[in-house]
Amino acid sequence: MQKLISLAWVFALLSILAVGGGTAVLPEMQRMTVTQFHWVTEKQFRDIYSLGQVAPGPNMLMVMVIGYRVAGYLGSMVVALAFFVPDCILTLFANRMWLRYSESPWRLSIQRAMAPIAIGLMLSGTYSIARLSIHNFMSFAIAAGTLGVLMWRRINPLLLISVGGLAYLIFSNLTGAQ
Amino acid sequence: MSDAGATIEAGPAARRRPQLGELFQVFLIAGAISFGGGVLAYLREYLVRNHGWISDDEFLDALEVSETLPGLNSVNMSVIVGDRMRGAIGAAVAVIGLMLPGMIVMMTLGVLWEQQRHNSNINHFLVGIAASAVGLLLTVTLQLGHKQFVRPLDLSIIAVTFLAVSVFKISLLWVLLVLGPAAVLLYQPRGAVETAERFTHLRERFHSHRSHWRH
Repeated sequence: MQKLISLAWVFALLSILAVGGGTAVLPEMQRMTVTQFHWVTEKQFRDIYSLGQVAPGPNMLMVMVIGYRVAGYLGSMVVALAFFVPDCILTLFANRMWLRYSESPWRLSIQRAMAPIAIGLMLSGTYSIARLSIHNFMSFAIAAGTLGVLMWRRINPLLLISVGGLAYLIFSNLTGAQ
Repeated sequence: MSDAGATIEAGPAARRRPQLGELFQVFLIAGAISFGGGVLAYLREYLVRNHGWISDDEFLDALEVSETLPGLNSVNMSVIVGDRMRGAIGAAVAVIGLMLPGMIVMMTLGVLWEQQRHNSNINHFLVGIAASAVGLLLTVTLQLGHKQFVRPLDLSIIAVTFLAVSVFKISLLWVLLVLGPAAVLLYQPRGAVETAERFTHLRERFHSHRSHWRH
């Protein structure tokens, strides 16, 4: 029971702090679930994040797997409700208020102020995943290759990350790297 | 190709409100086939162009608000658009539709992963995916922030935010409580509001999203 309550408040808090979307809250999510509560190890956090990449819909549905590890199916449901319900209610009412003040010059100020903070937080989230996954030349090459290919032309990201996964699988089988 | 906004000129009164079932179906499909940035392009295609349930300006306005408010952008977007079309019930229907397919797939993958935790092939595959995701996240961040990265004030805010979270490991709550109001003060209203060009950057982004979706 105590675990379910902790899961609920941690993920509700994380969703409210997610200025800039799911990526922006990754460092805080890692800190709370790995360092503070020991629900998952760093490697498990990385693997669960990767699972989220290959499922359709929002990548952050991966939080359900963290809940599942901690407290089974009930844990995954608690996490899903905590992560999505308070945020949806907040968005519903904040948006209605936002519409009422749509002519206010402060609206543009807030948008301009939040944009660079969101970008900074997304960079931090990217850095967190990089620290967990880039350990050798091959993983670096996969990250750089993905960036290069996406800058060069539009390709279905699912296809691209699957190639990245296969490339590392083949590399580690050939060289014995972890 | 003409812009979607130009083809939908009818006022709110002239537009048909979608049935809840229709709304659910559109968001269910969006949730089932969306990987990466495709979901927004798909929703714009269906809600604005094919059905005309909302105008393009309303859609882009909702996108702007979704990105400013905390929470996942796609979820916020579904709430706002659902609310615009059918009120709070519409918002709930849209969000559930968007998430249901992903939830089922995610839990199936999670249970399989739990059983195969010691399978080194799966572990190596997942490391490669995470490494590849770094490239993907960096691309998305650079695309979203291409205007901010070249403006000195924005670039300073980006740098301070990144350093606070990633180097000094300050709790996100404190980072937002301090940097949020500080940034709003730096950007406090001065003179006339520029509205004419408001959605230009969002439209530009959509052209890239849409082509990405088609490939």
